[in-house]
Amino acid sequence: MLDSKIPAGKLEEKWVDYKGHCKLVNPANKRKMEVIIVGTGLAGASAAAAMGELGYKVKAFCFQDSPRRAHSIAAQGGINAAKNYQNDGDSVFRLFYDTIKGGDYRAREANVHRLAEVSANIIDQCVAQGVPFAREYGGLLSNRSFGGTQVQRTFYAAGQTGQQLLIGAYQALERQVALGNVTMYSRHEMLDVVKIDGKAKGIIARNLITGELEKHFGHAVLLCTGGYGNVFYLSTNAMGSNVTAAWKAHKQGAYFANPCFTQIHPTCIPVSGDHQSKLTLMSESLRNDGRIWVPKTKGEPRKSIDIPEEERDYYLERRYPAFGNLVPRDVASRAAKERCDAGYGVGTSKQAVYLDFAAAIERYGKIEVSKQGLKDVTAEHIIAMGKEVVKEKYGNLFDMYAKITGENPYEVPMRIYPAVHYTMGGLWVDYELQTNVQGLYALGEANFSDHGANRLGASALMQGLADGYFVAPYTVGNNLADEIYNAAIPTTHPAFEAAAKAVADRIASLKNINGKQSVESFHKRLGKIIWDKCGMARNKEGLTQAIAEVQALKKEFWSDVRVPGEINEYNPELDKANRVADFIELGELMCIDALNREESCGGHFREEYQTPEGEALRDDENFMYVAAWENKGDHEWQLHKEELKYDVIKPSQRNYK
Amino acid sequence: MAHNNLNLKLKVWRQKNANTTGAFVKYDVNDISDEMSFLEMLDVLNEKLIVTGEEPIAFDHDCREGICGMCSLYIDGKPHGPWQANTTCQLHMRAFKDGDTITIEPWRSNAFPIVKDLTVDRGAFDRIIQAGGYISVNTGNAVDGNSLPIEKAKADASFAAAMCIGCGACVAACKNSSAMLFLSAKVSHLALLPQGEPERKSRVLNMVAQMDKEGFGSCTNTGACEAACPKEISIANIARLNKEYLGASLTAE
Ligand SMILES: Cc1cc2nc3c(=O)[nH]c(=O)nc-3n(C[C@H](O)[C@H](O)[C@H](O)COP(=O)(O)OP(=O)(O)OC[C@H]3O[C@@H](n4cnc5c(N)ncnc54)[C@H](O)[C@@H]3O)c2cc1C
Ligand code: SF4
Ligand code: FES
Repeated sequence: MLDSKIPAGKLEEKWVDYKGHCKLVNPANKRKMEVIIVGTGLAGASAAAAMGELGYKVKAFCFQDSPRRAHSIAAQGGINAAKNYQNDGDSVFRLFYDTIKGGDYRAREANVHRLAEVSANIIDQCVAQGVPFAREYGGLLSNRSFGGTQVQRTFYAAGQTGQQLLIGAYQALERQVALGNVTMYSRHEMLDVVKIDGKAKGIIARNLITGELEKHFGHAVLLCTGGYGNVFYLSTNAMGSNVTAAWKAHKQGAYFANPCFTQIHPTCIPVSGDHQSKLTLMSESLRNDGRIWVPKTKGEPRKSIDIPEEERDYYLERRYPAFGNLVPRDVASRAAKERCDAGYGVGTSKQAVYLDFAAAIERYGKIEVSKQGLKDVTAEHIIAMGKEVVKEKYGNLFDMYAKITGENPYEVPMRIYPAVHYTMGGLWVDYELQTNVQGLYALGEANFSDHGANRLGASALMQGLADGYFVAPYTVGNNLADEIYNAAIPTTHPAFEAAAKAVADRIASLKNINGKQSVESFHKRLGKIIWDKCGMARNKEGLTQAIAEVQALKKEFWSDVRVPGEINEYNPELDKANRVADFIELGELMCIDALNREESCGGHFREEYQTPEGEALRDDENFMYVAAWENKGDHEWQLHKEELKYDVIKPSQRNYK
Repeated sequence: MAHNNLNLKLKVWRQKNANTTGAFVKYDVNDISDEMSFLEMLDVLNEKLIVTGEEPIAFDHDCREGICGMCSLYIDGKPHGPWQANTTCQLHMRAFKDGDTITIEPWRSNAFPIVKDLTVDRGAFDRIIQAGGYISVNTGNAVDGNSLPIEKAKADASFAAAMCIGCGACVAACKNSSAMLFLSAKVSHLALLPQGEPERKSRVLNMVAQMDKEGFGSCTNTGACEAACPKEISIANIARLNKEYLGASLTAE
């Protein structure tokens, strides 16, 4: 059994006690401690800024040309916090409870409670940094609703919340760069963790411009490298998002937890053809106002706007009257798939459902009329005013939809379909966010810790910033306090030399295969296997096949991939080859994990385990654990279990009816 | 919607690295669906180049949804191509006609050296931010978010400036390679908020000084930047920047 080092004591006192008793490093010693932070998304940029402010010597890495471009920038809808500014009954406990329930009782109580506790500080910190959150006319912060909750606790900046939060963290990071506390390495990719005496003591990074391999020492290494959704090839993640950093850590002994817990987001623009390189999310915030429906008739030939109200099936409102269009993501995605599989899908591919704003536009128009005290207004005028309101709320999303599809969503309903969006699984970490390798931490989407089997909307931004601003500075410090006697290790140490050589050898062997097929073509094939057999619905037979297929693909990749260009130059194809090689190995582990988990929970839906109404059927007796996998060599993994104990919340079947 | 397939001719800038000279190379791309994005069209070409043993064209991109600011490309003489208020990654092939010749170049500016082909180095923008594009508040120092009401109009104006994605199209569009639109967006974002007040003067002075050091040209108010900006950052921000700068210089010691 794995020890998650959860502090003793009452749930609501654990974090307070921990902070009150953890070890500290005095300011003079902090200046001597070097901390490596890989990744500068919300988790990494906030950690680098906060650790820099404390006086540690920080080195931060990202593969983009600037830290401001991390995938976090794309987050649209919002960030949760238990502020209860709306006086609608929110509290730390309720946020904690919603997150545990939303995660289908597969997350750790202590971590999630801590997350809810620090959530309010995040908003305060961001406001102080100048993050321009949406405000009401009175000048106070505005909130909206997200799925899986009945309160309004989501803070936002139009449809660009991630951008504004990341710019805030980026500015704080650049301030530390200017002050000399952080050294920033952009266009650098971490390709291995260096371990000395079992502890993480540095990394090997490739300078992506020159191709040179660099050795960097750190008393601690923090991986803030994001999620692995791109294992599916098509996802809403940025093109460069990858699992390599986490996977290298895994190969160096760090356990990978719950890899099969991936999130399929219900509202994305459907696939339009084979050329498609990525999918675009239409934010969950749209479900505040949009109504989801399909025609009541199979293979309906009429256009959406010609189908009368009584012939539309608002299937979420029908199946889940209490939460309606705001059920959690896994529930909404499966419901869309169910309708499409049953033949009610719309659009040319029939793999889509409608997300309709007509009712919202009319409602907002009427509100405007009464706000402005207008009389004798025509129906068109009401609609026009309603469109203005909708534009202010979601304008950028509507524009994005129009550019991609060529259709005007103010006039016709959007067509949407579920797509891969987020990965709840990740590196196993304890309460301190430390992996089982000492000195190696994982923050943000790269770890597995807070969202169980399904993440609620607007909670990833919250978790990334919680980890970076408010958790890691304490927990990493607690462990660095024991390191103050250990001077920096020169990178001429044999362990660094050996790691650098192993990385160089691997790059050379990739390059030397000189086969016939492109990296991209392998990635597409991998994505198809994983999507078809380890996607929204899984079963034993499919998973068993998928494992064999992925193994065969790996063999083929290593004998027939073609990597053009040179090693010692800017070579994006080489970067991609490195990443896809790791995705292939991860794909196998995902299927193994999904096969092992003989229950359905959250985003993991095993067709063999469902209720008569088609809802996920958990097996708490046998599977109330975190599955943490240890790599034992080629195609070999050993399962370690961390038992989940619910002291405060009593697990029950999730009910959103 | 009906879809068309296009046959196109491309003229693409190829350059091995910063130390070599580059040149245009011509390519034919056929059977391009008009539903594709511009970058997907380049993906198709690159796939072809790879399997025929040629080197693919290097270009920057990441989010492919118009928000990270990573994509660039100067397409037929326009940064981010023909559509208004749009990034290259969001440009779709519907914008072109069968038989078109499309010219694709990198951002051209002394302050943005070419890395390879269509990829440039925009590190200068990060250094401008380092010079003062932030509010100096350490983690944990903040007061309650609602203890500081901010007039909605001001908050909205600040947000409109904060939408800048740091892509550099404004610089590429400007005949002087001025970075004033980018800089003014950041100065306005922070100057419009009460939180930005204490450092208002030093911020603008230091950021402008850094911009000059990076080798960006001066602003002659042609408005080319505003027209090219994918986020419709208003040139009114430059006027605000000038006012801020003047005010700060006059009162500076
Ligand atoms: C379209 C979209 C919309 C979303 N909207 C929301 C929302 O509204 N609310 C919400 O809460 N969540 C949302 N999410 C989820 C959320 O955005 C992410 O989970 C979160 O931003 C991840 O942050 P992160 O810091 O962990 O990682 P990322 O932001 O992915 O950052 C990863 C960093 O690691 C670096 N990196 C990775 N590998 C390496 C390597 N090997 N070497 C060096 N550097 C490396 C990258 O350069 C980058 O800097 C959304 C996600 C998507 C895809
Ligand atoms: S001002 Fe506009 S064009 Fe210039 S960097 Fe910002 S978003 Fe790009
Ligand atoms: S790729 Fe991100 S803005 Fe174009």
